[in-house]
Amino acid sequence: MQKFYVILVDGTIYFSWLFIVSMGLTLIYGVMKILNIAHGSFYALGAYTAAYAVGVYFAGHYPPVGSFLLLILAGIAVGGIVGFLVERGLLRPMYGRDEIVLVLVTYAAFLVFEDLIKLIWGVDPYFAYQPYELLGRVSIGGIAFAVYDIGLFALAVVIGIAAWWALERTRSGKLLRAVIHDREISTAMGINVPRMFTATFVIGAMLGALGGAITAPAISVVPGIGVDVIVLAFAVSIIGGLGSVAGAAIGALVVGLARAFAVHILPEAELFVIYGVMAIVLAFRPQGLFGRPSARKI
Amino acid sequence: MTSTIHKFSLNIVVACAAFVAQPATAQQAETFKLGIVTFLSGAAAGPFGVPARNAAELAIETLNAGKMPAPYDKKGINGQPIEMVIVDEAGGTTKQVTEYRNLVQRANVDAIIGYISSGDCLAIAPVADELKKLTIFFDCGTPRIFEDASYKYLFRTGAHATMDNVAAARYLLARNKNIETIAGINQNYSWGTDSWNDFKASMQALKPGIKIATEQFPKLLAGQYGAEISSLLVEKPDVIHSSFWGGDLEAFVLQGKARGVFEGRTVVLTAGEPAMFRMATQIPTGTVIGARGPHGLFAPDNALNKWLRAAYSERYGTPAVYPSYKMVQAILGLKAAIEKGAAGKPEKPATDVVISAFEGLSYETPSGRVDMRLGKGHQAIQPTAYGTFKFDAAKGEPQLVDVVHYPAECVNPPEGAKSEDWIKGGFKGAKC
Amino acid sequence: MRTLVALAVLLAVLLVAGPLIPSWLVFLLTIAFAKALVVLGLLVMMRAGLVSFGQGLYYGLGAYAAGLTTNFFGITDAIALVALGGLVSAIAGYVLGFVMVRYREIFFAMLSLALSMILYGILVRSAALGSTDGFNLPQPSFFGFAVNGPAGRLLVYALTVVMATGTAMMLHRFVNSPAGVIGEAILTNEIRVEYLGTSVTGVLHLTYVIGATTAGLGGALIAIAAGHIDPDLAYWTTSGEFVFVAILSGIGHVAAPLLGMAVFEAIRSFAFQYAPYTWQMVVGISMLAVILFLPSGLWSLFAPRRRARGAA
Repeated sequence: MQKFYVILVDGTIYFSWLFIVSMGLTLIYGVMKILNIAHGSFYALGAYTAAYAVGVYFAGHYPPVGSFLLLILAGIAVGGIVGFLVERGLLRPMYGRDEIVLVLVTYAAFLVFEDLIKLIWGVDPYFAYQPYELLGRVSIGGIAFAVYDIGLFALAVVIGIAAWWALERTRSGKLLRAVIHDREISTAMGINVPRMFTATFVIGAMLGALGGAITAPAISVVPGIGVDVIVLAFAVSIIGGLGSVAGAAIGALVVGLARAFAVHILPEAELFVIYGVMAIVLAFRPQGLFGRPSARKI
Repeated sequence: MTSTIHKFSLNIVVACAAFVAQPATAQQAETFKLGIVTFLSGAAAGPFGVPARNAAELAIETLNAGKMPAPYDKKGINGQPIEMVIVDEAGGTTKQVTEYRNLVQRANVDAIIGYISSGDCLAIAPVADELKKLTIFFDCGTPRIFEDASYKYLFRTGAHATMDNVAAARYLLARNKNIETIAGINQNYSWGTDSWNDFKASMQALKPGIKIATEQFPKLLAGQYGAEISSLLVEKPDVIHSSFWGGDLEAFVLQGKARGVFEGRTVVLTAGEPAMFRMATQIPTGTVIGARGPHGLFAPDNALNKWLRAAYSERYGTPAVYPSYKMVQAILGLKAAIEKGAAGKPEKPATDVVISAFEGLSYETPSGRVDMRLGKGHQAIQPTAYGTFKFDAAKGEPQLVDVVHYPAECVNPPEGAKSEDWIKGGFKGAKC
Repeated sequence: MRTLVALAVLLAVLLVAGPLIPSWLVFLLTIAFAKALVVLGLLVMMRAGLVSFGQGLYYGLGAYAAGLTTNFFGITDAIALVALGGLVSAIAGYVLGFVMVRYREIFFAMLSLALSMILYGILVRSAALGSTDGFNLPQPSFFGFAVNGPAGRLLVYALTVVMATGTAMMLHRFVNSPAGVIGEAILTNEIRVEYLGTSVTGVLHLTYVIGATTAGLGGALIAIAAGHIDPDLAYWTTSGEFVFVAILSGIGHVAAPLLGMAVFEAIRSFAFQYAPYTWQMVVGISMLAVILFLPSGLWSLFAPRRRARGAA
């Protein structure tokens, strides 16, 4: 019985991480139809910037409480700046081209960022463990969990609600949903689609970098941490339905719980879980759980 | 029609000409070109690849200046200055086989030292014999290299990974005879699964009836071990075994420590030594640390070790860790074999002579003596050591206490035996 | 017709050049052309709108089929192994094709990725197959003769080059055949094709099987050439690399993948040697340069100007 609660908590914590990391990707794909491979780079940049900033912060002996805010700000700042530069400098000149070429552009950007990160920060690991330790532990179901991880859940909920509110209740959000649904008609209706693209890409990059920033305290930031995030984020987005915030949440929840279950009950299956879930969901609902079937053009 | 054909052919010929017209490596008889292959990018660069590369650079410079302690004080290799040609070990086995062939056939190196990844080692081994180029594996852990096949041009100057886990089992049981349950958290690839299997089998051979609480195999570079740590906390083993390295090890220590996984039990980190200095304030006291041999803080107090520790810290700002030791071990082994084969004459000895000299060679290194005893004289054995971590708050330094050294014959299988069978058979022929 | 003759000439040039060029180049070209086979299959699939991020599945299947056959059944004949690799992948492609042809665009891409990663997971978990370390293959034989050393390398090179150009020639015929042209029509507008009375799934299934078969052939050749196989062949980054080379080369002409893969391997190899610490950046910037200045892919450097109508 204890195991049941533990699986639930583990699944929820993993869901929170997956959700934050995948949100940016599903948004970018939904609006711009770009498979953004560089999302992994945004994650890595967020992690490195946050880890470096926190290191400097604690060396300066500032009050520890501020480090949490610093993490979030560092992630958002680097994501915003780099996202803007990539969108304006690299993607915008290529918009007329085939979608698949844009994928290649983001992949090339990813390769460049990998070495750029190595040049800036070197190959040694960066640590930012102080925020993680500061919050201590809490006992749930008899097992100790880090309060920081539980806090991730709160952050995921906040981001989810903010995203939902932004998309459903604000004017810009409704315009964005229109663009997701049908780009051509939106342009015909006078929506400034290029500006929506830039805004979306920047927000997506910010979310990716934020994902890396808040993960940094729990891990050792080393070269290559961005690589597998890409596939995970895509799998979650596909399962939930691309372009849908609710979809990303449900997708993350399904994968999180499935993985927690696998780790506790059937560790050998852990490697397959996410791909198995993806294959099963796609087999029954080809457009993902919350994706809307797109009308085929005659 | 002709224009297309002409274009095709012309372009191929031009492309080929461009490749072939490489600046011819002039006068390579003047330097000893040594190819070094190690991770310069990716997750293995920080903990292993770069320390190995740094050590190679340092050793080569010291040798070329003739400043290496005796018996290695002859300049370069047998008087010839060494030139390092470095290649990144990234990109997968097919890429590495291609790059190995390029090193031999395009860069015309005289010998190659390298390879941390067991997959790369397995793929490169037959190519060394095919191209007849003296090759030394300095780090990769799989025992399969010389247990599954024999090679003429290939040597491995580091002991393989079997001894890491056999010694770990002996150390843990010697400290606490009452261990009832063990658990493992290892990366889901050959290194992790082999390490766990060897450890599990050793524990079962030394204390039959021992129970396995859980066996976790998270993906390599997963970085997040929330669920795995929960499982370890739920199953409450007496001992946790992990062969984690790099970012995964550091993440596991951070996350595990915050949730109390290290409390009330013993955790053994068989490849924990490289993380010791960076994570000095984070690794909980009482953690058992291995260095894959008598390296780092386990190394004896000989002239070579004194040189390595002082020179490396001064040059690179951080203490030398086991990959550095193993790289130096390989370079010194190469030098010893060539100089033995040269027998005092300045001419470069023939490769066959060097091979005969290398087979069965015993030579001194910063980690003590290395004996090329297995694999028909091509595979080294070494003693190993384990210690318990303690952070000396007064000095602000990490320390290893309760160090136990295990002689090479105790923790390495005898010639001709397969590691897995040797362990399951109860370590027949071990001399402890 | 022009293309077929040109390809035949290319084959002749490559075969003649084999003994004359340095050994490292022979090996590099062998690897490049073996991989180019996979990209050829992708070319045909992408022309019909199927972008597969999971060709590693068939690449891995072909390689492991060859590797297991030679290690457990003792067959070392190179041609037999390659044929077997292709056959196993073709059968797998045929079976999986029934499921795969129901998906398009990103969903097809991700499902193919998922399947290849499932194979990866299975291979990693199987200790008998060496898990992530994989295993080695012995030297291949040709028609009963075991040929070692440089001569053996040249024979493997010759086999690879023959298979690559031969497949390119056959796919050139396919691309211009009714099935190939309908594939392009499907990419443009599927529903119209159905209304015209042709089975979309039928054509896509055939295209998919072709992609699977060439990937299997390529995988078997890689296994023989490199002498070693491991689960990385099925990993998503391997599959991604094929897609990227396909885009870089351009899908306009069957010779494009041959050229594109050779150039890509060459760039990577030289980047490794001359920029060991920044080779990823060098490769990335080269890719961006190609995308910027050669919008139709590397092939546009060589393609003569043609009139607007007609496939390459």
